[in-house]
Amino acid sequence: MSLTTDEDSAPTPPQLFAPRRRRLLVGRRGLVVSALSSVIVLLVIFAIFWLAPGGPTFRSFFFNPHDMWQAFVGNPTKGLLSVGRGLVTNIWMFLLSEVLVLILGLVIATVRLSQSPVLFPFRALATIYVDVMRGVPIVLVMYMIGFGLPELNLGFLSNQSPAVYGCATLTLSYSAYVAEVYRAGVLSVPHGQLLAARSLGLTHTATMRRVILPQAVRNVIPPLLNDFISMQKDTALVSLLGAVEATRAAQIYGDTVFNFSGFTVAAILFLLLTIPMTRFTDHLIARDRNRRLAAT
Amino acid sequence: MAAVLELVDVVKRFGDNEVLRGVSLNLDPHDVVCLIGASGSGKSTLLRCANLLETIDAGTISLFGQSLQDPRVDPDLVRQHVAMVFQSFNLFPHLSVLDNVLVGPVYALKRRRAEVRDEALALLERIGLRERSNDYPDRLSGGQQQRVAIARSLAMRPSLLLLDEVTSALDPTLVGEVLDLLTDLAHQGTTMLIATHEMNFARDVANQVVYLDKGVLVEQGTPEEMFSNPKHESTRNFLERVR
Repeated sequence: MSLTTDEDSAPTPPQLFAPRRRRLLVGRRGLVVSALSSVIVLLVIFAIFWLAPGGPTFRSFFFNPHDMWQAFVGNPTKGLLSVGRGLVTNIWMFLLSEVLVLILGLVIATVRLSQSPVLFPFRALATIYVDVMRGVPIVLVMYMIGFGLPELNLGFLSNQSPAVYGCATLTLSYSAYVAEVYRAGVLSVPHGQLLAARSLGLTHTATMRRVILPQAVRNVIPPLLNDFISMQKDTALVSLLGAVEATRAAQIYGDTVFNFSGFTVAAILFLLLTIPMTRFTDHLIARDRNRRLAAT
Repeated sequence: MAAVLELVDVVKRFGDNEVLRGVSLNLDPHDVVCLIGASGSGKSTLLRCANLLETIDAGTISLFGQSLQDPRVDPDLVRQHVAMVFQSFNLFPHLSVLDNVLVGPVYALKRRRAEVRDEALALLERIGLRERSNDYPDRLSGGQQQRVAIARSLAMRPSLLLLDEVTSALDPTLVGEVLDLLTDLAHQGTTMLIATHEMNFARDVANQVVYLDKGVLVEQGTPEEMFSNPKHESTRNFLERVR
């Protein structure tokens, strides 16, 4: 028997083509397919709102251009507050809270990650704090701070506006989440980094500050952003304390004029705030990645 | 002059597992000692005990005649004198090559950056990577990264350099450049304690070779004695296997 192949038993070349179905999704054809499917999906959504039996009512309730504009600019003579002006409150609230959360969250995370026996009570306290703040609904924390602190008659502490109490609530509550995000980020840095830094004689603090945290922060930008977006929206909760911000102004408008287009305006304004934020973060991540990969 | 490093009856346990069982060892200035032995024989643990990354359970480790078990000893200060290079390089990925080398002098020794910069560049020159000083580590080959890691340790001007299987994670074609650098360092009188699987390197560079087996120092001698005429059965067996 010869092992060499002869003409008859020459192997047929293997089949290398992708199934027709999948070939549709490749290259320019793929683009066409995705554009087409997007258009169809949009048309379906649009049709549901347009053709539904209550469509016209729904549209005049939520998308009435006149009411949307009125709600946006407000009308002092009718006691209608501007949603746009209200949003300014939301904006400074979350800007302030974000800075404070970044700091307080880092402090809590650092304490939880500390190893010194001296810090044990603080470590326990930080753990309890995180458990409590993540477990209690933020609305309840808001009530306790917004209605509780003024009752204490503690001068400065009891004398603030609802918006300030709102910032305090957001800061206290979100710091617990952000502390956990930081902690996860720190733990995601390979152990060898810690060993290498300590082997160079860096103290625990210097190791954290110069080696671990810079890497951890890069890892946590996306989840951190997630919490921030969530917090931006939760600024609306100060309306519970009586502060007039975007959603509260929209609600007043709705209650007075019996039209909810103000809510739509508020929703659009919140969207306009969060979208640039996500874009900015993507940009930061890409820049960091490029800088590290493209250095020559 | 006191020995750079002296281990007396060092015992290290992880739970029930006794990793070092009474190891005694001496390194004089300019000594290059190679630790050989199978994986799990305690080579890495011994190195990590020597710069206090691990605390020992019995015995003493002394640096220039001072016991490191003294409660007044600050591990951070010890590590400023006893540098360590790892199998997996552990370069800091968020810092450029130059900044990696500067970390120790700037953040541990608190020296001014501008003042150390030239020194660091000279070190990079010495390892042949000066032109890569602004690159980030992930742009470098494994061999280059390990050379940078060695430079990073040298920037501390350590009295003792610990090297933990520094070529084990490298592509075989890249092992040579790292070993050449270590050979240079040995010729320049750097005191080194090297855990290694590279027997030819140990033979060429070490003035003492130490064979560890299951946490016991079985045999120690000059490379000639150890490689040509090992006294113990287990040393012979080990050398047979790795040859």
